Amino acid sequence: MSQVPATLFDKVWDSHVVRKIEDGPDVFFIDRHFIHEVTSPVAFLGLENRGVKVMFPGKTFATADHNTPTINQHLPVQDPLSANQLKALETNTAKYGISHWGLGNPKNGIVHVVGPENGITLPGMTIVCGDSHTSTHGAFGAIAFGIGTSEVEMVLSSQCIMQPKPKKMRINVNGRLGKGITPKDVTLYIISQLTAAGATGYFVEYAGEVFENMSMEGRMTVCNMSIEMGARGGIIAPDETTFAYIKGREKAPQGAAWDKALAYWKTLKTDEGAAFDKEYHFNAADIEPMITYGTNPGMGMGITGHIPAAENGGGSKASYEKSLEYMGFAEEESMIGKKVDYVFIGSCTNGRIEDFRAFAQIVKGRKKAEHVTAWIVPGSHIVEQQIKDEGILDILTEAGFQLRQPGCSACLAMNDDKVPAGKYAVSTSNRNFEGRQGPGSRTMLASPLVAAAAAVTGVVTDPRTLMA
Amino acid sequence: MAYDKFTVLKSTAVPMPIENVDTDQIIPARFLKATERKGFGDNLFRDWRFNNDDTPKQDFVLNNPIYSGKILVAGKNFGSGSSREHAAWAIYDYGFRCVVSSFFADIFKNNSLNIGILPVTVTPAFLDKIFTAIEADPKAELTVDLDKQSITIDATGESESFDINSYKKHNLMNGFDDIDYLQAMKEEIAAFAEKSLY
Repeated sequence: MSQVPATLFDKVWDSHVVRKIEDGPDVFFIDRHFIHEVTSPVAFLGLENRGVKVMFPGKTFATADHNTPTINQHLPVQDPLSANQLKALETNTAKYGISHWGLGNPKNGIVHVVGPENGITLPGMTIVCGDSHTSTHGAFGAIAFGIGTSEVEMVLSSQCIMQPKPKKMRINVNGRLGKGITPKDVTLYIISQLTAAGATGYFVEYAGEVFENMSMEGRMTVCNMSIEMGARGGIIAPDETTFAYIKGREKAPQGAAWDKALAYWKTLKTDEGAAFDKEYHFNAADIEPMITYGTNPGMGMGITGHIPAAENGGGSKASYEKSLEYMGFAEEESMIGKKVDYVFIGSCTNGRIEDFRAFAQIVKGRKKAEHVTAWIVPGSHIVEQQIKDEGILDILTEAGFQLRQPGCSACLAMNDDKVPAGKYAVSTSNRNFEGRQGPGSRTMLASPLVAAAAAVTGVVTDPRTLMA
Repeated sequence: MAYDKFTVLKSTAVPMPIENVDTDQIIPARFLKATERKGFGDNLFRDWRFNNDDTPKQDFVLNNPIYSGKILVAGKNFGSGSSREHAAWAIYDYGFRCVVSSFFADIFKNNSLNIGILPVTVTPAFLDKIFTAIEADPKAELTVDLDKQSITIDATGESESFDINSYKKHNLMNGFDDIDYLQAMKEEIAAFAEKSLY
C-alpha cells in the first residue's frame, strides 16, 4: 500500500480532526488542557452564563503560576486582586471536578514545567492552554499551542476548538554546538534569522543533529520560544531521549499501556519525502552565545557582535530606532561590558533543572556582583527540590544568591518581581517587549550561562571567558 | 459572550504606524488580574497612553483629539506575543470594531474574530495609502464591507479586497460564536472521544 508521505505534524493533526468545515476551520479535538488563574476565570463565567458543564473534567489540569508570589508562599497573598484570581481558580476547579495544583501544593509550579515533569504531556497528544508558551510541550512530539479565553471556554465545554490547519515549516540545524552554546542560544539564533514574525502562520518541526542530541529540557526551551517568531507551535519527533524522560513519571502509562503507547509513539516521525511549505537549514557552528538588544525577541545577536545599523535591523527604520531608544542603546555598539542591574533565571523557558545546573557551573567559586539584584526562581517545587538535592543551592548560597519559590515571576512581572523603570535585566525568559518585566524595564534575553556571567561580573560578559 | 453583528462599518480611523505592536503593549500584564471581562478599555495601551502619574501622554495618538473612530490602523505584525484575549477585549471595550494591518499575529487574529472584532489584512502598499489619507485628513473615512470583503478609502475611492473564511464571515455577520456551533455537535465529539488514545 503506498501512502502519501506525511509529516509528524500532519499525523498528529489529522488524527484529531472531528469534523472539517468547508472553507472554515477544523473542529479539533484536544487531549490535554492546562489552565491557570489568569486566562481561565472569564471562561468559567461563560460556562455559567450559558448553563453549560465541563465535558471532560479529567482532561483539564490546573496550576497557579502567573500571579503568585515567589517568597513567603505559606502566607496569604497580599495583593487582593491576585488573591481573588487564585481563589477563583480554586473554586472553579472544585466545582467542576478539575485537578488543581494551587499555591502550596507540592506539585505546584509553572504550567509548562509541571505538565511534562508529571507525565501529563505525552507524544502524539494535542495540548492547549490559555498561554502562548504552550508550544513548550511540542518537545515531546505533541501538537501544543496557546489559545485565548474564548477557546478555553470551548475546550471546557466541548473538548474541541475551531482551528484552521497552519502551514508547515521545518527548521534543520546540523553540526555540533560549541562550548557554552545552549538550547536558548539555538532558539534565539533561529529567531534572529527569521525575525519575530518570520514563522507566523506556520507550525514548525525542528530537525537535525542539534535537536537529536539535545536533552528534553533543551528541546522544551526551543519549542517554548517558537511563538517568539510567530509560529503557532514547534514540534520535535519523539525518540529514545523522549521515552526515557517520560518512563516512570506519575501520570505516564504503565505496564501494558506503556508498551502500547510506545509502539504508537515510535510511528511519530516525518516520512521521507514529506512536503513542507517552507524549510530552513542552519549550521550549529555559526551559533554563538546570544543576547538581545531590542524590544522583540527577533532583535538578537551573537554576544561578541555589534548592534546592527538600522538599515540592517529589518523592518522600518522608525520602529527600529524607537526600539533602540527605549533600550538606551545605539547602532554599531558592542553589548559586552554593558552594565546589568538585574538578573532573572527562571520561567517556562529556562526554569528547569538543567538551567540551574548551567547557572551554577559559572557562579561556583565566584561571588554575585554587589550591584546586581538576582532572582533565582525554579519552575516548580520538583525543580526546587532537585536544586537542593544536587547541591546547587549550596553553590548559590556560597556565591551570595537566594533561591526563591516557583512561579512565572519576573518573566511577565504580574507579581512583585518587577524590574524598575530604566534598569537593565539579563533574563532567561522569553520576551524583551517594552515594560514586560515592569513598566520601563529594559530586558536582554539570554541563556542561563550568559545570565550567570552577568550576575557575577555585573556587566554583559561572554560566559566562555569564565569557563574552564 | 455575545457581540454586535458586523456588516458594514464606515468610520474615521486612528493611525498607529508602529510595527510589532505586541499584546504586552496593548494591555500590560499587571492589568490582567480581573475575574470578569470589564473595564479593559481603560488600560488599552496603558504605558504608551499614560505617564506614571496617570496623566495622559500628549504625544500618543489615542490622546490626540483630532483622531477618533471605530477602526485602528496599525503597522505590520500587530498583536504578537502573549495569547491574552484581554488584548482583544481592551480594543473592543475601548470602542474599536476593526483593526487594519498588513500582517497580524495568529493568536490575536483568532481572539479578535472570536469576540467580534474584524481583523483586516491589507497589502503593505494599501496600508501606506490609508496612513497617507489619514495624514492628509484626520477625518478621512474608511468603509469596511464584510459581505463584499472590501475596504475602501472613501475620499479617493481606492479599494482593496481582504480574505476571511466563509465560516467566520457568517459568524461575524450574524453575531454567532463557535461555542454555539460546538454545543450543537456534542454527540459527534463524544463518539470521537471514545476512540481517543488519551
